[in-house]
Formats: sequence, C-alpha cells, structure tokens
Amino acid sequence: MPVNTINGYNFEVDAEGFFEDREQWSEELARELAALIDIEVTDEHLKVLRFARDDQAQTGSTPTLNRMNKVGGFVVADLFSLFPGKPAKKIAWLAGLKKPTSCV
Amino acid sequence: MATIPEGFIIPDFGTTPPAVGDGTASAACASAGAGASSEFSGPRKISFICSKGNLDMAYPGLIMANAALGEGVQVNIFFTFWGLDIIHKKLNKKLRFTFAGNTAMHMPELGYVRPGLENVSFPQAMANLPGMTRFGTSYMKKAMAELGIPPVDEMVDLLEAAGANMYACKLTVDMMRLIEADLKGIKGVISATDFIELSEGGQIVFI
Repeated sequence: MPVNTINGYNFEVDAEGFFEDREQWSEELARELAALIDIEVTDEHLKVLRFARDDQAQTGSTPTLNRMNKVGGFVVADLFSLFPGKPAKKIAWLAGLKKPTSCV
Repeated sequence: MATIPEGFIIPDFGTTPPAVGDGTASAACASAGAGASSEFSGPRKISFICSKGNLDMAYPGLIMANAALGEGVQVNIFFTFWGLDIIHKKLNKKLRFTFAGNTAMHMPELGYVRPGLENVSFPQAMANLPGMTRFGTSYMKKAMAELGIPPVDEMVDLLEAAGANMYACKLTVDMMRLIEADLKGIKGVISATDFIELSEGGQIVFI
C-alpha cells in the first residue's frame, strides 16, 4: 500500500491517493493537503470536513453533496465555492475519507 | 499553490488553470497522475437533452448531470417535448412510471415467492389494468428513496444549486402552451439553434 509523506506526516493511500485509514488524518494534515490543491482552510471548510467525518463514522460511507445538503444543512452552491471543481472528491480527500461511491 | 512532494499520490482533481511561475509543481502533478495538463483548455463540457417525461426516463439525465457537476464538468440541460414535465412545477412531483411497453420490467421481490420469478418480465397484458401505473410509480419511488435518491423536483433544485445551466425548448413551450413561470430552475426558453450554439465544444447526450 503506497504511503504519502508530507512535512513529516505519513498516511496510507489507495491507488488513486485517497486515505486508507481515517485515523491517520488530522486537521493540521488537512491544511497541508489543502495547500496542494490551492485551498486555504477556513472555519467554513473545517465545518464541512468535520461533518463529513462524523457522518462517515455513522454511516460507514463518505457523504455525497446531496447528503451534506440534506443532513448537514450545507448549501450546495457554497460547497462548490469552498471546494471548487470537484467538491465531493476534494472534501473526501481533505477529510481523510475514501472516494465517494454513491451516485447522488 | 504548494509543491506536491515527490512520490506523492494525489487524486485526480481535474485540470486547473495554469499556476503562475511554478513549472516544477505542474511537472510533479503530471508525474503523480494528477491529470493536470500542460495546457488548460477550460472545463469539460457536457450537454444533456432530456426529452422524456416518464419517471424512469427523467432520472438518467438528472443523475448523470449531477455526477458531471460533481466532477467539475460544465453542464447544460435542454428540456424538450415530454421532458419539460421534469421542470414543470405542477407536474414534476407527479411523474409516473408504467409497466406498459417495458419488457425489461422485473421485480426482485418476486424471487422470494418462487426463485426465478425475479427474472420474468412483467406480463404486458396486466400492465394496463386499472391502478397498475399507480402501483408501478409508487414502487419505483420507494425503490429510489431507499437508495437515497431524491424525488425529481428535488433533483432539479439540487442541479440548479450545483450550477447546471438549464433551458426549456421554445417550440415545445409554444406547442404545449406552457408559461415560463411554471418552469423552475431554467435560465431561459431557447430555440434548438440556440442550444446547439451553446453546446459547442462539448459532448451531447440525448435522453
């Protein structure tokens, strides 16, 4: 299993680069990772990431944008502006979770 | 943007506009399989033409469009003919699904009655019995809800919030004597020519 190393943090990833073990995640690591994809982590970002992690802990699967909207109460358009381009994937990655598999 | 460390595996987050003055970072991206191309050609673009108003034919376009938006693809949706029901405020909660004419209709539950029945096509002679369409519709709605797929009207809201550009077909609006106020989420009522023009350079999916 490949291991990513950045500024002293090590975490195991799958072939695509998503976390294998959510326990290897930390908020500081999320900040390091976010810098790689040109995102500066704010409280708004952290709220989303924390929700994604809590929800994953409950359901066992990475939440989709629809779920973040329905259950987490986040506005979809906000998620797109916080995590531009591919929000669901970026959130999953920055939250230390696996790639989302659900369609909607 | 910070430099991606050597040997670092990063998921494909798509193409991004070229960053200023960091050739090393983009080279590292490419070698790590980040999919960052050297020349940024704008976001990928897909246009969906939704022409059907049955419940089962409404979902494919909406779900694919939603998936495309989540992947950072620019999405246009053109609702035409019966597809206009998908965005019609008074109709899109009432889209229906019929067994009639659908020979691929199987019911997994029947497998519990007798193994093998789950693969049997629903008898067409029964498909038009009174109440059968109502049963089929609620059966399908239930099945979708169990999978966490929102109803059609909520899917349209979701797409709008995610930034899909949705349009209604002018010819159909005129033909069916619809008024724009009854249609939700659209950026306008446009002609087929307009749609062909704005879908230039992208892929088109007709449903």
